[in-house]
Amino acid sequence: MDVGIVGYGAYVPRHRIKVGEIAKVWGADAPAYEKGLMLREKSVPTPDQDTITMSVEAARHALERAGIDGSRVGAIYIGSESHPYAVKPSGTVVAEALGATPEIHCADFEFACKAGSEGMFVALSLVKAGQMDYALGIGADTSQGAPGDALEYSASAGAAAFVFGTKDIVAVCEHTYAFMTDTPDFWRREYQFYPRHAGRFTGEPAYFKHVLSCGRGLMERANMEPEDFQWAVFHQPNGKFPMRAAKELGFPKEKVEQGWLAPTLGNTYSGSSPMGLTAILDVAKPGDRIFMVSYGSGSGSDGFIWRVTDRIEAVRAMAPHTRAQLEDRPIYIDYGTYAKFRGKIRKLAD
Amino acid sequence: MRDVAVIGVGMNRWGELWEKSHRTIWTEAALEAIDDSGVDHVDAMYVGCMSGGLFMGQEHLGPLLAEQLGMGPIPATRVESACASGGLAFRQAYLAVASGAHDIVLATGLEKMTDVDGGAATYALSTAADQEYECYHGITFPGLYAMMATAHMHRYGTTREELAEVAAKNHAHGSLNPLAQFPMKVTAKQVMESVKVADPLRILDCSPITDGAAAVVVVPLDMAKKMGGPLVRVAASATATDTIALHDREDLCWIGSTARAAEEAYRQAGCGPDGLSFCEVHDCFTIAEVMVIEALGLFDRGQGGKGAASGATALGGRIPINPSGGLKSKGHPVGATGIAQIRETVMQLRGDCGDRQVKNAHRGLTQNMGGTGASSVVHILERA
Amino acid sequence: MIGSARYWREIPQRYRYEASKCTSCGKVFFPPRLVCSKCQGREFAQTVLAKTGTVETFTVIRVAPSGFGDEAPYAVGIVKLDDGVKITAQIVDCEPEELEVGTPVRLEFRRVQQDGESGVLCYGYKFVPRV
Repeated sequence: MDVGIVGYGAYVPRHRIKVGEIAKVWGADAPAYEKGLMLREKSVPTPDQDTITMSVEAARHALERAGIDGSRVGAIYIGSESHPYAVKPSGTVVAEALGATPEIHCADFEFACKAGSEGMFVALSLVKAGQMDYALGIGADTSQGAPGDALEYSASAGAAAFVFGTKDIVAVCEHTYAFMTDTPDFWRREYQFYPRHAGRFTGEPAYFKHVLSCGRGLMERANMEPEDFQWAVFHQPNGKFPMRAAKELGFPKEKVEQGWLAPTLGNTYSGSSPMGLTAILDVAKPGDRIFMVSYGSGSGSDGFIWRVTDRIEAVRAMAPHTRAQLEDRPIYIDYGTYAKFRGKIRKLAD
Repeated sequence: MRDVAVIGVGMNRWGELWEKSHRTIWTEAALEAIDDSGVDHVDAMYVGCMSGGLFMGQEHLGPLLAEQLGMGPIPATRVESACASGGLAFRQAYLAVASGAHDIVLATGLEKMTDVDGGAATYALSTAADQEYECYHGITFPGLYAMMATAHMHRYGTTREELAEVAAKNHAHGSLNPLAQFPMKVTAKQVMESVKVADPLRILDCSPITDGAAAVVVVPLDMAKKMGGPLVRVAASATATDTIALHDREDLCWIGSTARAAEEAYRQAGCGPDGLSFCEVHDCFTIAEVMVIEALGLFDRGQGGKGAASGATALGGRIPINPSGGLKSKGHPVGATGIAQIRETVMQLRGDCGDRQVKNAHRGLTQNMGGTGASSVVHILERA
Repeated sequence: MIGSARYWREIPQRYRYEASKCTSCGKVFFPPRLVCSKCQGREFAQTVLAKTGTVETFTVIRVAPSGFGDEAPYAVGIVKLDDGVKITAQIVDCEPEELEVGTPVRLEFRRVQQDGESGVLCYGYKFVPRV
């Protein structure tokens, strides 16, 4: 029995800050970031947007495309490294907003930037196991980068949600594969406001090792080559890494560009490759194959092979397209406003 | 029902009364009213107070204040209807006397607002709106009236200048009132250039935060006649309500509770708007006065903005509005406002208002309202 | 500040816009209530508010109440939804200068307030301009 995506949706906040605006504050070399990391600007959440609110909006779009009521969803898994509460689930708020309570299973996942694909992986597996008819997997983040840190140029906000099911499938999941090891390249300890990373160690032994190993393992399992795919999407900590990973795996630029949102969206952490996937589904044709590999520090990658069905044509227009949201009336802010929005200004205690 | 007269009035200088507690402020006003009336005791008393709890952490004001006045065991009742608490306290006193339940009743109003900071005062005032479906979203009272202003300006073409003229006129009146909190004159230009609070309203469109009290003594008209002195009769007392949330009103440009209360008051008094010499109305914001004078039938719908701008509502105009300076200049200790309106009206009818005296004042109307007009109380007083 | 129970009680309205419709006269109430203010009917059917509408009136709050200070200036409006029900909420993702009576808007799920740094986070609806 085929299992796959029956509805998908994304949410992109409208506020943006340009890399140059951040670089100006820290005396950094903006062109170096723009060219070196292939980042021009990033989305910024307003103080009233968080993992929960963006998850609700993305999930509503996914349900619209799936054409089902929230009450039919059996599980909601939200992957994020910025759940608004340290203790108290994001999932129950989202479930309540979707009308999915009380017969629902909820869990909040955390695995750095991989938490979103993890939620997808588990939701998909439960449907495959016959435990439920529909399950929602969501990746969302309002990620934080410490002031002046390299992460500040990329850490952004967004969400993607997928309803998995067995009827009216939009993209069949043909294969999955996961690859992980203990690799301390990026972390945030309890009570710390900002995450910390290990500089260039986040590259070769971390991102590239896991993304490439997962990608090769996935193709090996499926007995497929890059030529078997029309599209590929990878985790996007910046604009450069996914392009290099694609090249090393043998995917030409044209197959990656549609889902390559980082240059103008930034790194939405748990939302990154899932949002890229939504942008591809917005344009993919029936029969197209999509190759997807996520990455989360610590470290690991989830790989998926999706085959788009005829159904895509019927659901595509039922919710806003991801790139359309990305381009919809962006509101540019200065660093002062950004610092205020992101709680970076020390104020009088309440 | 017996005819009722007001025989004594009292009020102290309003403002930021840092050195005085609510007990002192209230007792000063109450004593002045009792002394002015010439009675040696009262049979019962009412205290209009919006939020003793949030402003002072003190509820249970009836017994507390009765005891302060040395009137120990008399019945003492607090009345609350947000900013209309004072007007309704007066109405309760009126009903007590008219019904024959009591003969000499003290009607008072009180608010001590400066013991909390601005944020807490804003919050306390906002409790007059729907907490779950208005205030939850960050709306304030200036914000609610600003939305009424936006709607009125959009539908009727009321201008920013016309609103400013209301403030300028009321400050001009207040400059003649020795008890006003802000007796300075302001120009319309100053109003329009003052700090923005909630667009299109600016700080000089808003009534201030005030400490103050006021008190009046009411008795049966027959008793008043025997006591001698100037006679002021309560010709009408009416009140009405509307939805607490502004968004639940059919018409955002119309204060229905005031219109309904006024209609009933005119019926009781046997007169219409043109039978009035002047009015004391609830100008908590400039737009409020504009909409209230429409609801009272003094101006056609949508034409309230012309009131101050044309000079019709100034002293010496067709129908002087707020000769006391109104809430805008006199101050707005919320629970005391409705009683202070009665005091001003009584003094005008007695001819005791000096420079701000309305010529040939024979009948005056008071209009006091709570929230965005969810409650309104209208009284008509006349020389008997 | 709002307490847990008081916030939680309104979740069906704040998250899902659940309303009630008088079965005798058809008037819609948000939030649901026990007596119809139009016909005094006491029987209601459950319904859900329309998600889009137009701005009836609005203001820009410059002096905010406690808990909203960081957000000022922010717009609040009364919106007439497509089903005729009017509700009050913030209007976000726009410059106040862009707003006018008649601006088309839609509901979006947002954080509305929070009980200090350690208290409960309060979610609900806000309006955003739609094109």
